[in-house]
Amino acid sequence: MLFLDAIDWILDPEHWREVNFGPGIGEELVAHLWLTLLSVLAVAVVALPVGLYIGHTGRGRGVAVVLANVVRAVPTLGLLALLFIALPLGLGPAVFVFLLLGVPPLLAGAYAGLESVDRQTIDAARAMGFTEWQVLLRVELPLAAPLILGGLRSTVLQVIASVTLISNFGLNSLGDFILGGLASQDYPQVVAGSLLVTALALLVDGLLALVERAAAPRGVSRGDGRTTARSRRVRTAPTGAPIAEGN
Amino acid sequence: MAIEFRNVRKTYPDGTTAVEDFSLTIPSRSTTVFVGSSGCGNTTLLRMINRMVDATSGQVLIDGEDVGAIEPVALRRRIGYVMQNSGLLPHRTVIDNVATVPVLTGTPKAKAREQSMALLDRVGLDRSLAKRYPGQLSGGQQQRVGVARGLAADPNILLMDEPFGAVDPIVRDELQRELLRLQRELGKTVVFVTHDIDEAFLLGTQVVILKRGGVVAQIGTPAEILARPKDDFVADFIGAKRGKRRLTVEQQGDGDDLLLVDSSGYPAGLISAPGGRLEPVLSGGSDPKSRSVSNKTDQAGDA
Repeated sequence: MLFLDAIDWILDPEHWREVNFGPGIGEELVAHLWLTLLSVLAVAVVALPVGLYIGHTGRGRGVAVVLANVVRAVPTLGLLALLFIALPLGLGPAVFVFLLLGVPPLLAGAYAGLESVDRQTIDAARAMGFTEWQVLLRVELPLAAPLILGGLRSTVLQVIASVTLISNFGLNSLGDFILGGLASQDYPQVVAGSLLVTALALLVDGLLALVERAAAPRGVSRGDGRTTARSRRVRTAPTGAPIAEGN
Repeated sequence: MAIEFRNVRKTYPDGTTAVEDFSLTIPSRSTTVFVGSSGCGNTTLLRMINRMVDATSGQVLIDGEDVGAIEPVALRRRIGYVMQNSGLLPHRTVIDNVATVPVLTGTPKAKAREQSMALLDRVGLDRSLAKRYPGQLSGGQQQRVGVARGLAADPNILLMDEPFGAVDPIVRDELQRELLRLQRELGKTVVFVTHDIDEAFLLGTQVVILKRGGVVAQIGTPAEILARPKDDFVADFIGAKRGKRRLTVEQQGDGDDLLLVDSSGYPAGLISAPGGRLEPVLSGGSDPKSRSVSNKTDQAGDA
């Protein structure tokens, strides 16, 4: 069975060192993650400031939505091919392509996250004497953290999946196994490559889900009627009886 | 801390005029209530004091100092602000919410929390609530936390924007009495916005009735306004026209108590007399204005 053959292929220690005289699973995995990391960092550098600016000020939202949709419509493979013809082979152009691909989800997460924060809470913070930076860092960011991290998760997932394509252009990634397998009609290897990419994506996504959970602000309802406060929820709270203070 | 509005005007970019040429002096250490229906610019006027809204023209002065010349963040930290629906930070505990402004101004966190604990006592909240989150409190408790937060930096001025608008009548009543008590103890310059004329008469030393566009319909003490409404608008607004304020003695209650009814025959209250049913209740209470009249709205005594 192809699937079991693929599992066997992955479990073969030999394949972790070397596959068809090329890099083994270990090396391809590291290359795949490295390119992913670089791309996601590049995305964060671009999308976070822009998204937070839009969310905080409410300005430029229309432009951002249109741009994000245009970028989304660009075919990744075509763009990669174009850039690799035009530019010397290297990590730079690859990161640039994945940057374009990865920006929309995080950008949307960032501004949607800030927009989801209750206007009255922000207004109150300002009236208390928070500076604009303090409003952003101490009120908006903590409350928007789950949505921003949700955007980050989508971005990471997109990039991990798309980095597979880079193997078409001579850079290392787990896509090498798929392409190599197709070329040599070694289908267990093709499936093994796909499984590795899928497993990697799920694993990273799972880890980020844990981070997202941990970052959820305590005291704020998750929508299921409970709050995330660690303290025991008390149903009836003692209303302050007027206390006598020397009068 | 007297506050003075000098020919203040506010026009929004879309052309609507919230306030046109408003002048008023708010005496220090007393409560001034802006009352009017929505769109009368009362919230706009309030927010001009801490520069949450900047006047298009004219000046707002605090003790003679033009607020326009004070940096907004610094100004706001000096002025307490309490709003409807509390506006508490949902991701911070009660105690951290109360300590917000002292922490912003650089008070060490531990010290700020300690002072905030004392403030919880002051606004009648149990200290056991300190570690809760706002979402775990009732509406009335949240408003108390809001008041405590407004007082935390010990400001001379306290701005209150419909603070009791969203709580049920019983809790509102309780919060109003607490505010009167606090005001007696602390003597802040309180500027209070409400739609509720009864609330205005109960809390205000000076009541400012506003018409559309921030036009002053009448300024005065509750007694002055009730006794001599300046025009039909005011008379209508305070309910005099509907006969709500004109009370007549209908019959005697227990002992020498006198039952008051309004013009539609609705029992409005009792005037207590020695030996009457209300005597023990009232003499034991500490109603600030020590009225001899008790009624459902608590205000007709001014009539």
